[in-house]
Order: sequence, then C-alpha cells, then structure tokens
Amino acid sequence: MATTLVKGNTAVVIGALYAGSDCFFGYPITPASEVLHEASALYPKLGRKFLQAESEEASINMCYGAAAAGHRVFTASSGPGISLMQEGVSYMAGAELPCVIVDIMRAGPGLGNIGPEQGDYNQVVKGGGHGNYKPIVVAPNSVQEMCDFTMLAFDLAFKWKTPAYVLADGVLGQMIEPFTYPEKAVVPKIDTDWAVAGIPETRENLVTSIFLNFDQLGKFNDYLQEKYAKIAAEEARVEMLNCDDADIVLVAYGISSRIAKTAMDEARKAGLKVGLFRPITLNPFPVKEAKALAARDKMTFISVEMSNGQMADDLRLAIECKKQVKLVNRLGGNLIELNQISDAINAAAK
Amino acid sequence: MEEKIIRTQGIYSEFPRKGPSAAPAATHYCPGCGHGIIHKLIAEALVDFGIQDKTVVISPVGCAVFAYYYFDAGNIQVAHGRAPAVATGVSRARDCVVISYQGDGDLASIGLNETLQAANRGEKIAVFFVNNTVYGMTGGQMAPTTLIGEKTITCPDGRDPLTQGYPTHMCELISTLKAPVFVERVAVSDIKNIRNARRAIRKAIEIQAEGKGYTFVEILSPCPTNLGKNAVANNEWINTEMVKEFPLGNYRDRTAEAERVERTTSDFSTESLEKLFELDSIAAPIEHKDPNFKESQVKIAGFGGQGVLSLGTMLTQAAQAVGKQVSWYPSYGPEQRGGTSNCSVIISNDRIGSPVVYHPDLLVAMNRPSLEKFQNDVKPGGIIMYDAIIGDVELPKGVKGVAVPAQDLAIQAGNPRGANTVMLGVMLGLGLTGLPEEAFQTALAANFAKKPKLIPMNLEVLAFAQKWVKENVK
Repeated sequence: MATTLVKGNTAVVIGALYAGSDCFFGYPITPASEVLHEASALYPKLGRKFLQAESEEASINMCYGAAAAGHRVFTASSGPGISLMQEGVSYMAGAELPCVIVDIMRAGPGLGNIGPEQGDYNQVVKGGGHGNYKPIVVAPNSVQEMCDFTMLAFDLAFKWKTPAYVLADGVLGQMIEPFTYPEKAVVPKIDTDWAVAGIPETRENLVTSIFLNFDQLGKFNDYLQEKYAKIAAEEARVEMLNCDDADIVLVAYGISSRIAKTAMDEARKAGLKVGLFRPITLNPFPVKEAKALAARDKMTFISVEMSNGQMADDLRLAIECKKQVKLVNRLGGNLIELNQISDAINAAAK
Repeated sequence: MEEKIIRTQGIYSEFPRKGPSAAPAATHYCPGCGHGIIHKLIAEALVDFGIQDKTVVISPVGCAVFAYYYFDAGNIQVAHGRAPAVATGVSRARDCVVISYQGDGDLASIGLNETLQAANRGEKIAVFFVNNTVYGMTGGQMAPTTLIGEKTITCPDGRDPLTQGYPTHMCELISTLKAPVFVERVAVSDIKNIRNARRAIRKAIEIQAEGKGYTFVEILSPCPTNLGKNAVANNEWINTEMVKEFPLGNYRDRTAEAERVERTTSDFSTESLEKLFELDSIAAPIEHKDPNFKESQVKIAGFGGQGVLSLGTMLTQAAQAVGKQVSWYPSYGPEQRGGTSNCSVIISNDRIGSPVVYHPDLLVAMNRPSLEKFQNDVKPGGIIMYDAIIGDVELPKGVKGVAVPAQDLAIQAGNPRGANTVMLGVMLGLGLTGLPEEAFQTALAANFAKKPKLIPMNLEVLAFAQKWVKENVK
C-alpha cells in the first residue's frame, strides 16, 4: 500500500494507466489541461500513445478509432470541449464502442469562466448528442476516487460496450489529498468478437452506427434501451451517510457532496437528523435507494448542486415527486457556500 | 467457348451487408459512378501486397459510407469529415494499414482541418479522395471542388466565385506540407487514366505496406446522377473541363528517401508502473500518537510569489507523513489572476468534508490584503499569524495574533526566499497543528526533492524559526 500526495487531475491519469489504457487523445482546455499534461508526460514512458489533437472533434474521433481497434482509450476536457465532442460520443454509443471521457467541469454557458460549476450535468448524464442513448456516468468526490472511478469507468465501458464519463470539476482536479496507488494493473486484451484491429481474426468485423432500414434501426434502438435498462438495474451506485434516521437528506455529487458532508456533520452536532445521499453513478441514477427514502413518512430532500437544478430534476423523477425537493445551488464559478446549505437545512427543520 | 469470369480480388463476391436484395452482387452505386472502379483498384492492391488481414478501411459519410459492403478487410464507418482523425486513432493504437476513403464534401469541407492536420503529422494512412465536384449522397449540393459556373442544387445559377469562392485544390494544398510521402492526382475517366490511377493507388498502398507514412491520392471521378450527364459525357467533361481546374499529375513523391515510421509497444506491467511512480521510494507513515490531536483548518494567503501555495503543500506533506487525513485546495479561478493567492489545508483524523476552509483555526497572512480579507472568518480562539512587515493591525476580538518577521528571519537564516518556511517553523514552534517536528522535516525533504541543495538550507530556516518562537513568543 503505497500512499502519497497526488493532485486530482494526476490521479485520473494514474487510474487510466492502471486500467490498461494505452491511448490518450486530447485538446487543451482549462481546468482539464493538467490531465493532458500528465498523460503527455507519462504515457510515452511506457510506450503508450499520447497525441495532442487539433480539436475536441478530432480528439473524440481519434478515441473512436482506437476504441474501434479494441484499445482502452480516454480523453479529458471541460464543458465547451465536451459540447464539441458530443457528435463523437453519439457515434460511439451507436457503434457500441467503449471509451472513457473525463469532464473536469467549468462554469458556463458559452465561454463562461474556469471556475468550478456542475452545469454539464445534463449534457453528460442525459447523453448530449443526437439519438436515444445514455452514457454511463461516474462522479468522484476525492482524489482517490478520481483514480478509482476512472478505473471503474473503463470496466463499465468495456462491460457494456458504451462510452462512460468521469464527471468531476475544477476543484477535484486541483485538490491534493493522500492517495493510495492501485495494487495491480490491468493487462488489456483485444476483444476479437467486435474490434477491428487489423489482424486476421477481426477481418470480418465491422464497426458502424448506420442502419438504413428503419425497422432494423428500430430493433437496434430497442436493443440499446434494453441494455440501458440492464445497466440501470445492475450498475447504480450510491453512498448514503446518516440516512437511516434522517428526515432531511442532502443529495449531492462531486465537490458539492464534500461541502454537503460538512454541512451534514454540523447539523448533526446541532441535533438535526440530516443525512447525505451521494450518487456515485449519475447514470444510472440510484433510483431504488432514492425511492426508499421518499417512501418514509417524513422526508425533505435538498438537492445541493452547482447547476440550475439539473440533478434536482432527476431526483424528482426518481422519487416520482412524492416528496419535496428543495434546491440549493450556486452558479458562475464560485463554490457553493457551507452556510447556504446550513440555512436550507435549518429552514427545512423548522 | 467456356465463359471465364475474372473476379475482383479483395472485394466480397456478394454484398449481404446491403440487406436482402434481388441482386446480391450489385453495388449500391449509380450507373456510371466512379466508386466501383476505385474500390476495385484499391482492393486488388491490398490483395497483391498481401495486407488484407492487416488493413482497416474507414468510410465516413458520403456515397462511400457503405464501402464496408464491399471491402474484404476490417471496416469502420465514421462521422462526416472525421475519417482522418479516426484513422489516426486506429493507426496510433495498432500500427496496421489504415485507409481513409473520402469524398469532396467530407474531406475538403467539413473535414478540412482533420485532413490537413493528419497530413501534417504524417500519419501512416492512405487517404483516397474521390473528387466528383458535388455532394453525392446528400443530393447534389455544391462541393468545395465544384467548378466555377458549374450548376448544383445549391448554386443553381452556377458557382459564382464572388459569393461562393473558388474550387479547393487539395493536392496543391497538401503538397505545401512537409510530412506527406506521396501526393498525386489521377482520374478514372478513361482506360488510360484508369491505368494511371491504378499505378498511383498501388504506390500509395505499397507505401502503407512498408509503413512509410502519409499518402494522398485524389481521384477525379464521374457522378452522372448529380451532374445530370450520361456516363460518357461525364467522363468527357472530366477530361476536358475538370482537369483544367485540377491538373493531373504527381505533386509529391519522396518514397525513395522515406523510411519506415516505427511506433512504440505499450507496456502494461504492474512492475513498470511501480517503477514509473517510484513506489518503492514512498515511505511508510511516521508513527505518531497524540491523544490530544484536534482537527486543524488552515487558510494561507498572500501575494503570488510569496510561497503561499507551497507553504500549504509543505503543511499537507507534513500531515501526510504521519498518516493523517489531509486536503489541500488552492484558490482557483478568478482570484488566481488578481495577483493574490490562497489555499486551504485541513488536517484531521476523520474523513474530510469540504476541502475549502471557511472558518480557519489558523490564518497565515503574508500581506495586508489577505489579512483584511480573511481575518474576520477566523474562529473564536483561533490564531492569525501574519508577517510583521504589515505593520499595525487591528485584529478581531477573541483571536490571537502572532506577528512573525518572516521576511527578516528568512534573510537572517540565510535564505531570503524562505519566508514561507519561517511560517512553517513558527507553526511547529507554537505546536499549532499537532504534528511532530519529524513530519515537518520530512515535508521539507519531499517539497524540495527535485532541488536537494535547498533541503539543508530550509531545515536551517525551520530550526531558526522555532528558536525565534522560544525566545520571542509568550
């Protein structure tokens, strides 16, 4: 167990390397550039492939190529860059290609600024490109999880042959915390059932997302929805703290969940029954667990997010609007303040 | 006489990927289209050079999006204009033979950036550019290569250079770049031209088989359907009109001097990763038990260049050295640009919530703006350490102030850049963070690991500051 201090953006690259990723394609954008920097320094030292692409469109399509060839590939960007990648992600979902995309969120819309925000929730969690698809989305809230969840994202992407996001933000990227290196690295193997790897075993294979026949595309879409339903049934993950006796539950992911935890700890000290519900996977959303909380007699949910209620909407859907969902948020690049959350808790406790 | 059928090599004999069809061996291309000939020339070359097994054909949006119906090789269908990027991804990952088969709208309009960038990087890919001056599959719109005066659906009065610009000359453009190995423009408009196209295509494929780098072959090709001509007239038009705008010929051939471009082999072993991250040099935590240890929330602030962030990381390293939970978070975003910076450090026995310190137990202020900005946030009973150089201060009630002549002490200790280490030493001397001296020494060694000369210098500063505390602070 080797523990040392590591920055969040570095931990992502460590995770990818241990997950057997041997290709990184990316384009600079603050605050995700450090992932690019680390990859450029580390990948070539192991003979692995790093390339700075000419644009985010090119990055994601280089990823498409390496993924189609059966390799474990990843890229990292931030809001405006993710917007540009959506075309490629839709094609990946349509071609059933596994790929990991790391989004170190910044504040928008438009050019916005480089401060932390969580305004990419919809464009990432809902599948921001065209067509009926949903990528898998994991949301770390510590430096350790920046690594561990990157590895998890690779596992899930390959298990389900679908693009998977690691949705983080500028704070998680910049933070330094103690970090324990993974014990063992993945040695990847090319799946000759579907990859097009330029080897005799894969000569017959085809990667495509085009179905000219409407009925065929209908069937393929039905199949995708079945796959997503299975993912929803099997892969939802949540961390619940102090929820057993809680009548106020803070719902938060990523950096917001760290601040929410502090607010919860303070409220508990003051004798309030406050819990924290932290989705680890945003897609699939931990619906079952949220529903169980909503089934209690007394329950107020407070969605703590640095976006305009984007996650609160999913929470309301998950609990079928059976309980009130209050929104505490802050937009524009400033971190949500502890006292905003505490005030909301106190108001709900009255 | 027995009928002899010479089958094309490298193309499937029937095309089931097309779906159920009354004519399973018929292509989806229109009568008189040039794609069939071009497919055949490429496929035969793949077979002749024995590289079918290691070839990946990429077909982006356009009429040839269905190239995978035909080519007996690995096939990837991709988005409009992105084929060179996808090809780059495949080639970098696998080092196999990669073919990017593109039309004029795809390659020279929406995908122009990808086209030029891949060419400029000298990717090991063969680009076959089918130029028929018109968007085919999408229904006859103006292409970047539409001739002046040529009528299309979207330039019904003919292309007018004043509003629609001039035809784009891709071979000429690409041959301005240094990396491409082979660039040639050919046509499939008559037997002589087809023979010549065959030669150029085979050369491009041969260069790929040898792994020498980027090749670009532009092929002038008929599209009778969208040009509203019959097949014969379309080919005549290529030979008389199109070649005037797009002269046939070689634009680059450095096959002789080009060498095989080697790619690295990926190393996936755990051992290599452990070596890369120097895991065996990571020390186990220092044994340190302090039953009175209390969580510390520290805010450190000052001008950029005063070592604010590194003071924070040193403190973080000290906490980590004794196995504490710790977080370091820098001011980030707009504040960073204003010339002042700050960071939050939390040291705890328990899992840390917010990494941002709102109400510090300890504020270290290296300048007056920082002091004034954060002094009212300090918890009652908390401590503010500030550089004595700030002068007279009025601190909030219930907070203890320690004026540290950090800059002076650093100079006295022989390390003028060590004001932040002085602050660290004072923290240690005052016992503020509950961390032992050994942890601070380890932190200094870790912080200056890349400049080992600075370690003893800073250790001296640390000791000097502790001594100052003993002698000066009650």
